[in-house]
Amino acid sequence: MSGVQGSGVGPAVDEHAEKIDAYASARNSQIAGALRAFARRRSALVGLAVLLLIIAFTVITPFLWKYSYSDITVDFSAAPGWRHPFGTDSIGHDLFAQTLRGIATSLKVATLVALLSTVVGTVVGAVAGYFGRAWDAVLMRVADLIMTIPVLAITLVLANVLGAKGSSWFLLSLVLSAVLWIPLSRLVRGTLLSLMKNDYIDAARMLGASDRRIIIRHLLPNAAGPIIVDATLMVGRAIIVAASMEYLGLGIQAPEVSLGLLIQRGQGAATTQPWLFGFPALFLVLIILSVNFVGDGLRDALDPRRTV
Amino acid sequence: MTTSERAPDPLLEVRDLRVTFREGTDQQVEAVDGISFEVHPGEVLAIVGESGSGKSITAHSVLGLLPPLATVAGSIRLRRRTSGRPEELIGLSSGAMRRIRGAEVAMIFQEPSTALNPVYTIGWQIKEALRAHSRVSGRTARDMVVEILRRVGIPEPEKRVGYYPHQFSGGQRQRIVIAMALIQNPDLIIADEPTTALDVTVQAEILDLLRAHRDEAGTAIVLITHNMGVVADLADRMVVMYQGCVVETGPVSEVFEQPQHPYTRNLLAAVPRVGVQSAREPVAAPDRIAVEGRDVVIEYPAGFRRASFRAVNSVSFRIAAGEVLGLVGESGSGKTSLGRAVAGLNPISSGSLVALGQELKGISRGKLRSSRKDVGFVFQDPATSFNPRIRLFDCLAEPFIVNNSTERPQLRQAVNELFDLVHLPRSFAERFPHELSGGQRQRVGIARAIALRPSLIIADEPTSALDVSVQAQILTLFTELQDELNYACLFITHDLAVVDMLAHRTAVMRRGEIVEQGATREVLLHPQHEYTQQLIGSLPVPDPAVQRDRSSRRQAVTS
Repeated sequence: MSGVQGSGVGPAVDEHAEKIDAYASARNSQIAGALRAFARRRSALVGLAVLLLIIAFTVITPFLWKYSYSDITVDFSAAPGWRHPFGTDSIGHDLFAQTLRGIATSLKVATLVALLSTVVGTVVGAVAGYFGRAWDAVLMRVADLIMTIPVLAITLVLANVLGAKGSSWFLLSLVLSAVLWIPLSRLVRGTLLSLMKNDYIDAARMLGASDRRIIIRHLLPNAAGPIIVDATLMVGRAIIVAASMEYLGLGIQAPEVSLGLLIQRGQGAATTQPWLFGFPALFLVLIILSVNFVGDGLRDALDPRRTV
Repeated sequence: MTTSERAPDPLLEVRDLRVTFREGTDQQVEAVDGISFEVHPGEVLAIVGESGSGKSITAHSVLGLLPPLATVAGSIRLRRRTSGRPEELIGLSSGAMRRIRGAEVAMIFQEPSTALNPVYTIGWQIKEALRAHSRVSGRTARDMVVEILRRVGIPEPEKRVGYYPHQFSGGQRQRIVIAMALIQNPDLIIADEPTTALDVTVQAEILDLLRAHRDEAGTAIVLITHNMGVVADLADRMVVMYQGCVVETGPVSEVFEQPQHPYTRNLLAAVPRVGVQSAREPVAAPDRIAVEGRDVVIEYPAGFRRASFRAVNSVSFRIAAGEVLGLVGESGSGKTSLGRAVAGLNPISSGSLVALGQELKGISRGKLRSSRKDVGFVFQDPATSFNPRIRLFDCLAEPFIVNNSTERPQLRQAVNELFDLVHLPRSFAERFPHELSGGQRQRVGIARAIALRPSLIIADEPTSALDVSVQAQILTLFTELQDELNYACLFITHDLAVVDMLAHRTAVMRRGEIVEQGATREVLLHPQHEYTQQLIGSLPVPDPAVQRDRSSRRQAVTS
């Protein structure tokens, strides 16, 4: 395509510059190709659109909507209607405002958890898988140890000790990340172990490449597929686990709301006032689905072997 | 079952067969493009071609084993056992097809390690093949299985029927796969590269087994292969396929003697032969030694429920500077372990191994890393030796970057020079590994190995995954580069003919020991050790007359 092949008689400077251009444009076309591949997957595109729409909605609407999530209205246990599109609960909270607020806090927690646990899990898994021996033994036993600690008991204790200070979404994210990185680290470790059987790892070693270079340049990019998929699943997992923690008193507490808290509160009246539980649950499913679709799209778009 | 005299009408008749694959949404790939051939009862027909020629797809379409994306057109007529009349197989219902599979047409697969289910005993699996078509009582079935195992040469069949696949060697597993094909006494056997995954000595035995069965039971065999030696050994007639078309058909002796089509001629010319070249004489009085091993032992430590394993047992050898040492052996002989040890990829357990003046026993990680820029390694499988996520430019620039030997602006120049050296267009720099063919990738692999102008190259079966004609080109390139850059080389291979082409000296390994070493010409023409003689004797020669003679002599010796 570049039109600059040939046997090369003397290093002409122009030719050289032209080649670098060709190289840069190949890079650009690579990014364009990745975008095209992402756009070709309809589910990924739809997922992205839904996700952006939900986020925009939660950001803009509070400024326009007549009720705030903490307002107590005069309508108790009203069914969805013109005044309250999602209905109200027994003390008069407008559920539309509450659901939007809940989406915002839940997304904040989920994003932070997904980010933190993916980074920690990837680093721990990579070190354990690549260096093996003592590293592997120690790190994986630490992971086992954390898994054996009953998370709910710890949560109860933490909620008790921290009291009001515990009602922060940041602390909740840290507690969740401390547990959720473990499955990912196992996944990364296993993926690396199988990737290391490839000859290109030995080839890099034969060139004298450092361990860091081999991990960052040769191993992790090839493990990106499973890592991305797991990170997107983590978003959904974080929202659900966060809900049970909130139920026990750690993390987001009233008057602050989250999707988990709303579902938790509404499920008791699921048969008599289904809207209390239905709308937050619907958005939870929507968010998890669209994040997973986006993850699938990303995984395929970042694979150079894709067929576009 | 089959008549001993040759029937006038063929057993299998393929007319104008076309197979197209749908690729993506609107692309069509013609894999097989209107081919015709026939197979007569009791005949061995070889379908020869390189990878991608459509030979396997042709064979699979006979049994209706193509993936759903394939469309088949044309005609495949099989003379049915029940009616004795030819019947069309294309468009047959899956139930009717199943009654033909195994009973009238059976298949032998390439890879015996994956063709058997590891969780069932082999007796159970052969019985399953039997039960698929006929009702037999448990007692008779068992007797039949033992009988068939005896016929394919499994020792102590009464005991071995209860064994699992992993308790057999690769050659024995292929015998079991053949037993599964034979138990229904089919009229036609399709053998898809039945010996490709096997060592030469085992290959010879499997070919003898197939020949014996043909002679006794009169079963017709369609033999799919890329190995001209195998064709010369077993086949009566051959069909040469190239890019989905048949370019030549005829009796084996005629095609070998007077190939008509230029492709057939090239194919035959590309087959390496032992004792033809032998042009490279060893350096008479080497002034410098590149590698010297003394009593090298490589042991893999004991693991969980696994005893320690000694892969290389007290081996001594030496490679002079600028010399190519061919290291020949069958799978499991320890040749790869030794090669990796020389490269510093495996530690050695005892003895002494000095590469380029550096003792490798107990070497520190840091020292090993700094000494690596003088050693290049060419890997066996071009499919796994490249990081699929990086472009070839980055791949070939990596040696320079890692060793800080070239300034960034000069990288492009350095990479271009490498592409020139291995005769690839410079524009390949922007490609990803999967966009290259196997042969092209192996050229890049060589370029990567020689990037830093090392004084020692270790090549681990660099051509065994390639087609013959590509293999010939790679070997030529390798010789050319070795002459030019004059590196010492440890060339690991299972193929004696390859050694003949490029090694100054040759060492033959067996079960962790070097049984014979010396000048290549001496080793190949006057082998001293019994095992070397056996190796050379088993190697099929791409000449039907010579090969028939050799195999009958070999059989006379073994029986």
